[in-house]
Amino acid sequence: MSKIAVTGDDAIAQAAKLVNPDVVAAYPITPQTIIVERFSDFVADGEVDTEFVCVESEHSAMSACIGASTAGGRVFTSSASAGLMLMYEILQIASSSRTPIVCAIANRAISGPINIHGEQTDQLLFRDSGWISQFAETNQEAYDQTIMAFKIGEHPEVLLPVAVGIDGFILSHAIEGVEPVTRELVSDFLGGERKSILRLDPDNPVSIGLLHLQDYYMEARAQVRDAQQRSKQIIIDTFKDWQKLTGREYNPIESYQMDDAEYAFVTMGSGAGNARTAIDELRANGEKVGLIKVRVYRPWFGNEFSTLTKNIKGIISVERAHSFGSPGGILGQDVKSTLFDSKQTPYMAEYCYGLGGRDCLVKEWTEIYNRSIQGFNEGENLPYFWWGVRE
Amino acid sequence: MPTLKEYAKEKVHFSGGHRLCAGCAAGSMARQVTMAFNKPTVVCNATGCLEVASTIYPFTAWEVPWLHVAFENTSAVASGVEAAYNAMRRKGMIKDEHIDIVAFGGDGGTFDIGLQSLSGALERGHDFLYICYDNGAYMNTGIQRSSGTPFAANTTTSPAGSVVPGKGQFKKPLVDIVVAHRIPFVATAVPAEPKDLIEKVRQGLDVEGPAFIHVDASCTRGQRFDPSLSIEITRLAVQTCIQPLYRVIDGEYTMDRPSLRIASDPSKKKPIDEYLRAQGRFRHLYKPEQRDDLITLFQEDIDKRWEEIKAKCGV
Repeated sequence: MSKIAVTGDDAIAQAAKLVNPDVVAAYPITPQTIIVERFSDFVADGEVDTEFVCVESEHSAMSACIGASTAGGRVFTSSASAGLMLMYEILQIASSSRTPIVCAIANRAISGPINIHGEQTDQLLFRDSGWISQFAETNQEAYDQTIMAFKIGEHPEVLLPVAVGIDGFILSHAIEGVEPVTRELVSDFLGGERKSILRLDPDNPVSIGLLHLQDYYMEARAQVRDAQQRSKQIIIDTFKDWQKLTGREYNPIESYQMDDAEYAFVTMGSGAGNARTAIDELRANGEKVGLIKVRVYRPWFGNEFSTLTKNIKGIISVERAHSFGSPGGILGQDVKSTLFDSKQTPYMAEYCYGLGGRDCLVKEWTEIYNRSIQGFNEGENLPYFWWGVRE
Repeated sequence: MPTLKEYAKEKVHFSGGHRLCAGCAAGSMARQVTMAFNKPTVVCNATGCLEVASTIYPFTAWEVPWLHVAFENTSAVASGVEAAYNAMRRKGMIKDEHIDIVAFGGDGGTFDIGLQSLSGALERGHDFLYICYDNGAYMNTGIQRSSGTPFAANTTTSPAGSVVPGKGQFKKPLVDIVVAHRIPFVATAVPAEPKDLIEKVRQGLDVEGPAFIHVDASCTRGQRFDPSLSIEITRLAVQTCIQPLYRVIDGEYTMDRPSLRIASDPSKKKPIDEYLRAQGRFRHLYKPEQRDDLITLFQEDIDKRWEEIKAKCGV
């Protein structure tokens, strides 16, 4: 099929249309609004037979999603920033209720001060909630990962909600070419005609969401822990299945120019694009630098990550997110704890960049590289640094 | 309409062995409500006494499908359940039969933290019945005042002190707020009038669209009375007109018999003094000295609302 020119939000809406969920419960928030607007169009024009529940808040959106999923429905929603924080309580219950809700996120800075532009802190804030958490770099990835999210989450070995993040405005509102797939392909990929997996079944009454006290609470939480672990193989298998159908390769941890690399950028989301261009330029000048792009953030693919960093002298972790008062970045802490187990711990430099949608140009990625290498050559790790902030 | 004797033969889907307190009127209410179930039914339950005491893992008192998600969102949860059933029925994934959906919330979960979620679901017109069992405070967390707590009541966050005599505000007019949503069915009920309550539940489930019932469900621990008196306290609530019984069908108010008897013979209307004296939460209105000023204020508010409701019901 020939490519379509769509924004990131539109790509996600188109993907959700092909999946044809039973229920979409959502509330508008910039920069996610196009997703729910486009999906509303599909409902209004009869292109899907989804029940669109236009709720009065994000808290109710996630609550309705859990109700719908528990009743046996396939469920999709979308949010960002303050919306995710309003549903924060319910996000935890979505995973513990084992409801495979798919939530597309147009990642946005969090208040205050209020800002509507791209930043991944919103999605990282619920890293500990039991959700499978992924980031996309391009609109094509957003499209593909949205479809794959349903298969991953709904797998009987997993049954966990899945978040797919795209950088607000940078992807959500930017038009790129996306190679579409057909409804038939998606239907086959997701296992053909869906049967009801009714849990709230009047013919077979069960109680869901019971009070677990000291005697059972830890076991209930451990089930979510185990499902996260099991999801790793399902994610890898699902990515492979998608590659067979579309030719597009996906890995939980992606690499670029890592074969002979001595230094590596680590990042997530759209920033990987500029990182690649900077790497091409640096390599033209003889620098042996590569890129590790974390596509799946939770569960954390530590082994896959370590395999790539075996021979690396220095890591430059660059994230569009922040954590006040912490020893480093949010992604950075995962990277550091992974490297702690390696035989030769590489040098590490950590950067926070681009908060509130601030640009980070290719030449800045080069500057970040040069600054880091200078430190590494002096035999030091670099302290956590906010790139581009006027102090 | 079936008689109470006939109702007594109906299956109760809320079994014994739950951990509600002795004399808890919410338990009596739950039993009566489930006696009205005559179709496939699912229950959504807000966090609260009824939820925690009926479903301590690995036990459940519910013999129908039951779902708890959180405190403030039961109406939204029920919205999602209804939407999923509609979609799956349309796609032929489930049996083509109607499923009744009942949502329970306490006064805290309904008057306060769940009000937005309730309002949203009512406005969207989901086909479900919301039952607010109002025991007059956050009893589950230890008797903190809610906006459903009556005037002057002593609670742990509106304590009767040497200066402040309990809660300073009157009860939020929740039923009026719900009626303002122009939903097809709204009613009030008490466990002391089981036939009336069961009929209303059935009626609320049978209408198409949202229905709401406010049940005064007394709490022996928080309202402070002997556990043997819980049903009598809710009867007294009707007799003193603090909980008039009526229903509003498509905007038309009808007064129900227990209250109608009082409307047609005002000598049957008991003073609020009887209701207040019966409960420890109002003891500070009588000891160390009788606070006639506050009791009069309370009575005036009830009289005013009683006249309003009589006028609305055309009696």
